[in-house]
Amino acid sequence: MSILSVDQPARAGSSSIMERVGGAQILLAIALLLYPAVASEFFLTQIGAYSLIWGLLALSLMLLAGYGGMVSLAQITSAGLAAYLVAIFGTNNMSIYGFGWPWWVLVPFAVLAAAVASALIGAISVRTEGIYTIMITLAIATAFFYFAQQNYAFFNGHSGFAGIPAPQFWGINWRDPLPFYYLCLFVAAVCYAAVLYCSRSTFGLALQAIRDNPRRMRAIGYDVTFHKVVAYFYAGIISGLAGVLLVWFNGRISPGTVDVGQAIDVLVIAVIGGLRHPVGPFIGAVFVVLIQTFAIDIVGAERYNTLIGLVFLAIVFVSPDGLLGLWGRISPMLSQGTLRPGS
Amino acid sequence: MSLLEPQRTDLSAGGITRRQAWALLWALLAAIFAWMIFAVWPDWLNAILISKKAFVSSIFNGVTLAGLYFLVASGFTLVFGLMRNVNLAHGSLFLFGAYVGYEVSERTGYWLLGVAAGFAVLAVVGLLMQVFVFRRLEGDELRQTLVTIGISIVAADLMLAVWTGTTYQIGIPEWLDGAIKLPIISAVRSNGTAVYLTYPFYRLVVLATAIVIGIGLWLMLNRTRIGMMIRAGVDDRAMLSASGVNVHLLFAVVFAIGAGLAGFAGVVGGSALSVAPGEDVRYLLASLVVVIVGGMGSITGAAIGALLVGVAEQIGLVYFPTYGIVVTFVIMVVTLALRPQGIMGKAR
Repeated sequence: MSILSVDQPARAGSSSIMERVGGAQILLAIALLLYPAVASEFFLTQIGAYSLIWGLLALSLMLLAGYGGMVSLAQITSAGLAAYLVAIFGTNNMSIYGFGWPWWVLVPFAVLAAAVASALIGAISVRTEGIYTIMITLAIATAFFYFAQQNYAFFNGHSGFAGIPAPQFWGINWRDPLPFYYLCLFVAAVCYAAVLYCSRSTFGLALQAIRDNPRRMRAIGYDVTFHKVVAYFYAGIISGLAGVLLVWFNGRISPGTVDVGQAIDVLVIAVIGGLRHPVGPFIGAVFVVLIQTFAIDIVGAERYNTLIGLVFLAIVFVSPDGLLGLWGRISPMLSQGTLRPGS
Repeated sequence: MSLLEPQRTDLSAGGITRRQAWALLWALLAAIFAWMIFAVWPDWLNAILISKKAFVSSIFNGVTLAGLYFLVASGFTLVFGLMRNVNLAHGSLFLFGAYVGYEVSERTGYWLLGVAAGFAVLAVVGLLMQVFVFRRLEGDELRQTLVTIGISIVAADLMLAVWTGTTYQIGIPEWLDGAIKLPIISAVRSNGTAVYLTYPFYRLVVLATAIVIGIGLWLMLNRTRIGMMIRAGVDDRAMLSASGVNVHLLFAVVFAIGAGLAGFAGVVGGSALSVAPGEDVRYLLASLVVVIVGGMGSITGAAIGALLVGVAEQIGLVYFPTYGIVVTFVIMVVTLALRPQGIMGKAR
């Protein structure tokens, strides 16, 4: 399980904001806030917002896999459930359901439902441990896809729902490129900070300890199963938020959004980015979305999956910690190079 | 004194043991089932279960589908049991085998040659995967699994490039084609003549093949020297290696057999059903559920799991069409709740 070992970054107690938050993160935040000033509309939504949404999905997996040692492939399932609920209880133009709930009821409802669904999936999959989790969650994700595809009573079968608008309030249409980017950035930043905080909290530390040695934690008196299920619940909140943003971004939801390919994409993004730190999923998402967008110029539109699969294989072989780990391996070499006399 | 004597339940004085009660219950269920298959149904039963033809056909479809699932899942469970390698590319092996079988049987005109090629080519592919990929990542289960995911992504895309999205059907030879009349009366016409159930011969052949291969695998595992090594490896790999067995060779052989079986099942299944992109995911799901239900690493478990999943899927298809997949899912959840290690799995 070397791929999941996470360095413990927490050294609390220092006072200055610079030290507590970290200079790199402030720089990153400023860069992301100023990004719309230089980016075109296409880069703002198709790259920026889209990467943030996929980063959120991968972040929910990172929380489970990185801190809990549970590689779940069903995060897209809870996100998809939230998206379906937004379509069913909100507004859509399919004249099926569409109860027209206001967004401030709809979003908490959808996110909570996703979190509960995720916790249920967790409760099923923590019955077994380790590598079994990946099999069980994959089976659940696949079953949900087939169910959504075959079921017309709730999920409207193969066609799903279309014409789902983003809400409009404060005089802003939140699906416009600039507001939508800032909305995604806000949600991503909150979730990022929450995961970072969680990793240093009592719960997060207990979760990491359970990942490293469940038997010992059980012996000390921790409820191992409960901690794992709660981790699934938190991950479900993040993936639920991502699902809501995703359905507003696409304007539609169909079984294709929750199929096995997408479930695996979440894992691919998280692994390419790196599971050691919450920033990894976002790096992975930007990387994959860029490849996805510009693969046409490299290998032609059709063979995008081959390219991304080969990149994924290369990352798994070369650097188990993803791009983050790659950087971690290169940066000491660079700094050593400057220190070495006569080089 | 009498307090120290063990209290004996008096068998002769009435009451049956728990074991006998279970045996009686099973015998009763078997009798009811046999009656449902062979007897002519009264009207009320027809009213509940649509018709006898629908019920018996779905049972037969389920059992023959279970044969196919068993062929796919046995390779999966064998590889997992020995190497702790969750091969998520197993569905891709199935689909690739089906395409290879299609090409060979179309070009040569011999279906059996296609089946043989499906097995042989995929066995070689499995051998190469084990030697060049998995041996390098030994002991790191998660990375092995991630690699199989990567392979399945690339494989699915390349197969789509070569064979496009068209649906193929592998033609079966004449001697396997056609339907046979089973000695089961499905209904009685108003003029008194009995209507016998007919069933595609090929599907029965698939079932028979699965049973033969299942028995063969069981004999190999339990009666041969290599089977002994495999079982020892499932229990304790390090000890097997320490006692002088070339574990890498064993792994390569098992992986070749597992992948070959997937390819074989691909050709056989592609002849009964169809070959199209997306089938890899379907059979991967089937293998996953079968192995989770049956217990990882157990051939007998794979057979039981396949039977449960196959029959449940077909019954579900007939009686609750849009919720069919839920039946499969419920079986998995119930198994995990009652016996997390699977029906025949060993607790570790």
